Amino acid sequence: MDYFLTEEQQMIKEIARKIADERIKPVRAELDEKEEFPWEILKVIAQSDLFGVYIPEEYGGFGGGSFENCLAVEELSRACLGVSTSYAASALGAYPLLLYGNEEQKKKYLPQIASGRKLAAFALTESTAGSDAGGIMTTAELKGNDYILNGTKQWITNGGEAEIYTVIAITDRNKGPRGASAFVLEKGDPGFEFGKKESKMGIRASATRELIFNQCRIPKDRLIGREGMGFIVAMKIFDQSRPGVGAQAVGLAQGALEEAVQYARTRIQFGKPIITFQAIQHLLADMATLTEAARALVYSVARYIDSGAKEVSKVSAMAKVFASDVAMKVATDAVQVFGGTGYMRDYPVEKMMRDAKILQIYEGTNQVQRNIIGQELNKEGGRKKG
Amino acid sequence: MGSEILIDLDRCSGCESCLEVCPFSALEMRDGKPVVNEQCTLCGACAEVCPEGAIILPETAPSAGPETGYRGVMVFAEQRLGRLSEVAFELLSKGRELAQLLDAPLTAALLGRNLAPLAAELISQGADRVYAVDHPRVEGFTDEVYGEALTQIIRAVRPEILLAGATPVGRSFIPKVATQVGTGLTADCTDLAIDPEKKVLLQTRPAFGGNIMATIICPLRRPQMATVRARVMKRGAAKPGRPGEVIPFEVDWDRVAGKTRLLEIVEELTEKVRLAEADIIVAGGRGLQEGKNFPLIRELADCLGGAVGASRGAVDSGWISYAHQVGQTGKTVAPKLYLAIGVSGAVQHLVGMQSSETIVAVNSDPHAPIFDVATYGIVGNLFEVVPEMIRQLKAAAGRRE
Amino acid sequence: MEPLREGFFAPRLALCALPRRRKPITAMHIIVCIKQVPDARQVKLDPETHTLIRTGVESIINPYDMYALEEGLRIKERLGGTVTVLTMGPPQAETALREAISYGADEAVLLSDRAFAGADTWATTYTLARGIEKIGPFDLIFCGKQAVDGDTAQVGPGLAERLSLPYAAWVRKIEDLGEGLIRVQRLMDDGYDRLELALPALLTVVKEINEPRVPSLKGKMRAKSQKIPLYGAADIGADLKLTGLAGSYTQVIRVFAPLRAREKEWLTGSVENQVGQLLHKLATRQLIPFDIS
Repeated sequence: MDYFLTEEQQMIKEIARKIADERIKPVRAELDEKEEFPWEILKVIAQSDLFGVYIPEEYGGFGGGSFENCLAVEELSRACLGVSTSYAASALGAYPLLLYGNEEQKKKYLPQIASGRKLAAFALTESTAGSDAGGIMTTAELKGNDYILNGTKQWITNGGEAEIYTVIAITDRNKGPRGASAFVLEKGDPGFEFGKKESKMGIRASATRELIFNQCRIPKDRLIGREGMGFIVAMKIFDQSRPGVGAQAVGLAQGALEEAVQYARTRIQFGKPIITFQAIQHLLADMATLTEAARALVYSVARYIDSGAKEVSKVSAMAKVFASDVAMKVATDAVQVFGGTGYMRDYPVEKMMRDAKILQIYEGTNQVQRNIIGQELNKEGGRKKG
Repeated sequence: MGSEILIDLDRCSGCESCLEVCPFSALEMRDGKPVVNEQCTLCGACAEVCPEGAIILPETAPSAGPETGYRGVMVFAEQRLGRLSEVAFELLSKGRELAQLLDAPLTAALLGRNLAPLAAELISQGADRVYAVDHPRVEGFTDEVYGEALTQIIRAVRPEILLAGATPVGRSFIPKVATQVGTGLTADCTDLAIDPEKKVLLQTRPAFGGNIMATIICPLRRPQMATVRARVMKRGAAKPGRPGEVIPFEVDWDRVAGKTRLLEIVEELTEKVRLAEADIIVAGGRGLQEGKNFPLIRELADCLGGAVGASRGAVDSGWISYAHQVGQTGKTVAPKLYLAIGVSGAVQHLVGMQSSETIVAVNSDPHAPIFDVATYGIVGNLFEVVPEMIRQLKAAAGRRE
Repeated sequence: MEPLREGFFAPRLALCALPRRRKPITAMHIIVCIKQVPDARQVKLDPETHTLIRTGVESIINPYDMYALEEGLRIKERLGGTVTVLTMGPPQAETALREAISYGADEAVLLSDRAFAGADTWATTYTLARGIEKIGPFDLIFCGKQAVDGDTAQVGPGLAERLSLPYAAWVRKIEDLGEGLIRVQRLMDDGYDRLELALPALLTVVKEINEPRVPSLKGKMRAKSQKIPLYGAADIGADLKLTGLAGSYTQVIRVFAPLRAREKEWLTGSVENQVGQLLHKLATRQLIPFDIS
């Protein structure tokens, strides 16, 4: 279906698809098997200018928005979610700087991220703070001209591989929701170390590590925005990035759907290709319909966000929750279409099913997303009455 | 410029057969009739196939005939590090055939050092005369030195046909010679013949990745130059004691531009049995699915005492080095026995092995194009067939002992 | 690997003759010759008529030329300068040039004229040489090893000869570039030769030399809007008798389907049977050195 992309948007899609088909697909199984970080592919992505898609031109980017980012992420995800997660997580790490950084910080870090020379990562989650972001224990204490950070972040995507980290830490526990602040850290800052690399069910090419702050000393100009804005920064950047997760989901679903259709056309049982059987056709039809619906929702939300809209939390949550649920279902059904073959690791769909699960969990679980939507509906309902 | 095929539109039934056979996309349909564009090379494929006889080739009456004063067939006898290449002998054999049809002498051009034994070999293999350039400057191969030397030999001796092997050396400098001499060159010929009427050299080669064969002539310029890949022609028997002359040739070295230096020759031999000379080759393709399965091919090759080959897909996947690649962009081989295991038979691969005497194909897809050229076809799971082959071969070897 | 023997060194006279630039290498002008060809992976053979099915087949840059372009771009990135891509073809060859720009080429030139069509290697190198003369001074010319439709691998060396340039064919690595010289490794059957050439020079390259990049967004944007000059025969001062079909020394007189007349036997039965039959037949024909009964 035609979504009436501009020429530039078409170019982004073409380049991302070329990288997906020529560079990612041939090695995705190996990356998954070896849990290998896809540096070579990220270099190719960097050279193609895709890392800067959502970064303003004055900082070396392409000047696109959430929608352009979604287009790139979707195509990469069609090939491998592990690779696209590494790419998308860098954007997540960049958003705090993009939205709340001062001019010096933007000038220093954004061009490095836009060119792909350095990867970024975002760090909020801790063992005590998953859905309950308020439960973070990492502290940042102002001492003279420096902040000293102590604590441990858990399950940070691109942890250890990225060089730029945007981290949320408590600056004043007594201030409750206004007690956290956002900081930008660099690999190599004294007292900043990494834990072991996690072994995951899926997106195994993506690197997930603990960040350990042990009397980590950073200059105070590393504060992003003002003290106390930490949780606001986190919530706002998730609003921006949720369509990206939605785009990941759409891409994965599309990839799984295509594999399933191709297989069903060539697999002969009872003397016919199985795609001629109604049972398979209905499965595929539902998979395709859901994927297209997810795509339409994600695209609409991304465009809406790019229009400068203020209240985007509800629809951005909708894009994420719907698309990720679709991806899980489509990937599972794809394995079903493949039958026994789909269970075998020689074929790509079992990986897609393992990969898809995380989409329902990270960047706010789908339960949290539903909370957000419910609360927004409540708010809207209240406004109408008054 | 100006000559084009003529289409009799009244006779034309609009069947589009001509469009289908044109290798140059020179025909398009307009208002139900074909129209020819400038891509046409007058090859005549359309005229041959038109059921209505509606296509007429223009009379190509050359204003002048071929250049005069050229006679004989010359073979560039390539030697490297003191050994004559196999293809030199193969070309002498073919050259002898052509020379006889033209009632003309067969000569050889030889560059290198200490050429007496090599020249004698060439004579015993059929050369009537060997023009030998025995000089330090041709000890190693550079295009500018070889090119200048051979050009001077051609200008002095004036053969009407020059043949050379399409080896790394030949492919590199023969096009320079053709351009310097100012004549036409056809590369990678699979067949050479003499037109009985016009006495010109008919040069046949594959085009479009081997999908079609084209026969080419060089009507006006001389010598008519052609390169031929190794193992395409058959080597003849040597006749020691055959009469022949060795003529030392003096090259005017001042004409060499002197802008290229050969610094070093580096040999890299990776496999015990070299692909180009093997009698038996076992080749693996993408059907093996993973690099860890490729040792199956090696094991089968070892059982048969053969060399290991690979399709481009296998090499691109990193399962084996490029030195083993067979096909249009790899090596051309013509062993007695070629086993294609899990190779689909894309045209680019077939071009590299279809001259093999006997071809065995193992593939799970009965429609795989490899079966078009196979002598024996096994449709099955290679992961069952190949171990079974190894098992039975080992058992036979055991019985022999 | 130890070299088997030392290469031959040119006598003193030739050494002095190698022209050396006084200036250090900066701002190289690199010309890359490319050709637009049908995508060979998509071209299929009609099983009945053995003719090519060309409808719907996309045109792409000749795969080998991508390696030539990549090498030119890498040198430009390392040493500074510009890359100009050149092609001789029908007007639609312009899309190949735009694609080359999207990979990073700075300039592009299209040589197109009815008079150029139907050219063999001789006429092609004549036309390209005149086009290059029109473009102006250069340091290096890169060509791909061969074109996947014509397959002759003759244009590179022929073009070098037309321009009186030293050249190396099938280069798998550039070792060094500087002070008016280039040092390369040329792929041979059983290893490689190391050569030194005076600049300007021409190189044809093989796949081993590099891994081509993907197009960039900035490149694609530039490719969209860049002006590409189209030169016809008159623009490059080409003699019409020497271009195209008229200027070709070789001529195709016949085209036919390759003969695939060959006995074929399908071996059936259980795997054990199939293999048994096969080995028996091969042994009977003395193709394998075993006695299979």
